[in-house]
Amino acid sequence: MDVMQYKSEVKSLNFYYGQFNALKNINMVLHDKKITALIGPSGCGKSTFLRCFNRMHDLYPGNNYQGEIILHPDDVNILASNVDPIEVRMRISMVFQKPNPFPKSIYENVAYGLRVRGIKQRAILDERVEEALRNSALWEEVKDRQHDLAFNLSGGQQQRLCIARALATDPEILLFDEPTSALDPIATASIEELITDLKSKVTILIVTHNMQQAARVSDYTAYMYLGELIEFNVTDTIFIKPKNKQTEDYITGRFG
Amino acid sequence: MTEESRKRTVHAGKLGFSMRRRVREKCIEAMLFASAVLSVAIMLAIVVMLVKESIVFFQHVSIWDFLTDTEWTPLFDNAHYGILPLISGTVVSSLIALVVALPLGTIIAIYLSEFAPFSVREMAKPFLELLGGIPTVVYGYFALLFITPLLQSILPELPGFSLLSAGLVMGIMIIPYVSSMTEDAMRAVPMNLREGSYAMGATRLQTALRVVMPAALSGIAAAYILGISRAVGETMVVAIAAGMQPNLTWNPMEPAATITAYIVQVSLGDLPHGSIGYQTIFAAGLTLLLLTLVFNIIGHMLRKRYREIY
Repeated sequence: MDVMQYKSEVKSLNFYYGQFNALKNINMVLHDKKITALIGPSGCGKSTFLRCFNRMHDLYPGNNYQGEIILHPDDVNILASNVDPIEVRMRISMVFQKPNPFPKSIYENVAYGLRVRGIKQRAILDERVEEALRNSALWEEVKDRQHDLAFNLSGGQQQRLCIARALATDPEILLFDEPTSALDPIATASIEELITDLKSKVTILIVTHNMQQAARVSDYTAYMYLGELIEFNVTDTIFIKPKNKQTEDYITGRFG
Repeated sequence: MTEESRKRTVHAGKLGFSMRRRVREKCIEAMLFASAVLSVAIMLAIVVMLVKESIVFFQHVSIWDFLTDTEWTPLFDNAHYGILPLISGTVVSSLIALVVALPLGTIIAIYLSEFAPFSVREMAKPFLELLGGIPTVVYGYFALLFITPLLQSILPELPGFSLLSAGLVMGIMIIPYVSSMTEDAMRAVPMNLREGSYAMGATRLQTALRVVMPAALSGIAAAYILGISRAVGETMVVAIAAGMQPNLTWNPMEPAATITAYIVQVSLGDLPHGSIGYQTIFAAGLTLLLLTLVFNIIGHMLRKRYREIY
């Protein structure tokens, strides 16, 4: 496959929480404008891996990356110590497990990333906020109350608001850390639909505990276990004909 | 042990009513209730005493005179009973203190909560708490014997007693209260809000100012109100360093008495019990109580308005 189709390449990535080697020699790629799912039992390092992509681990002392995550088309290793994590986070956005709207209005939540970048012109903010809310399928529900507090929204709406917030800055990669695990089935379905729709705009990496969800939304799936990448392939192959016995056991529910 | 006897030790006898447990629970409840009542009762006793004695005072002096007369000379032959000079002294010294304490306390809290590495925070907190534990009389002499001469070298016309010097030191004294409560409020903000902000590409300062502080607003408001109450109610520093001359002025460079300083002054003197001069301290005390009550009510309303919503 042509390298140009890769949004990102992970090369011999090791990650340490202090002395603990949480990710062991991971090699993987993210295909451009595709959805890649990370699955595996709790504690296998999926979220740790996801959080390497926006250098979230830099927020806490004692964490240490080795290896490379190359971001295309720049061909820059985003883990390099001379790369500012803030610059990385400006281009790689993240949606968390629990909806975490800020104590601000709906409008200001979505505008947050733009304001942080110093954008002040009302017209630009208005336009980008509306676009992001439309792209996260929230516009129709909130257009008349954009200046209400974000906490007044339901859980599913709050999560879509967090997606709108992440989209407002036009990220190249969108990271999802179990985005539906705190939501009911109806809200989950709407978020999944949204994620599938977003694929035309942005490369997506999603951690999920829910294997049906991985099968439904993703194009590629990676199975991780104890900090290692066991198998990575097209989602259909992983779910129908996994090559590795461990993957098969996990997917068929005999383990994990 | 047989199955039967083991059952008997774990489940004591028949299902039914346990008199002993009921009595014990009632006793505990009564004790807890008594402690709660005690604090309310003390508060009420203070209010009743102040009001009762103030009524005696206001039988001699009209409330109108009390609120509008511009002189406070209850111990002179030609006595005036205008509370305004004491209020102006209290307001000026408190404002100076707050101008020092609120910004500095907030900045310290932001640094400790959002920037400082763990080790620095562990070192700094005990020192701040120590600063809060210094007796106020020490602060008073610090103001009189160190800060005032220091200020006089910059402002030669500054008198030996001034609201400025007392207010500045009072501000330093209040910093630990403001910073410690503000920091607690900020640290109580859940990490996932901070992570959300960082994930959007925000810097530490942006995260602290735009996400953490708004989320901690109710706690920060409580910290500020406590700081204000302490400034208004502070006694020793102003009694020592601001002089005890009631003086209707808004100029911080002048000496003046605050409500609390006046009360100390009169309490120390040998005024006959029941004299009108003696009664003035209750009227002044009541004014002080009402003043702090207003701040507490404002604080309560702020807390309700911006209660933690995350």
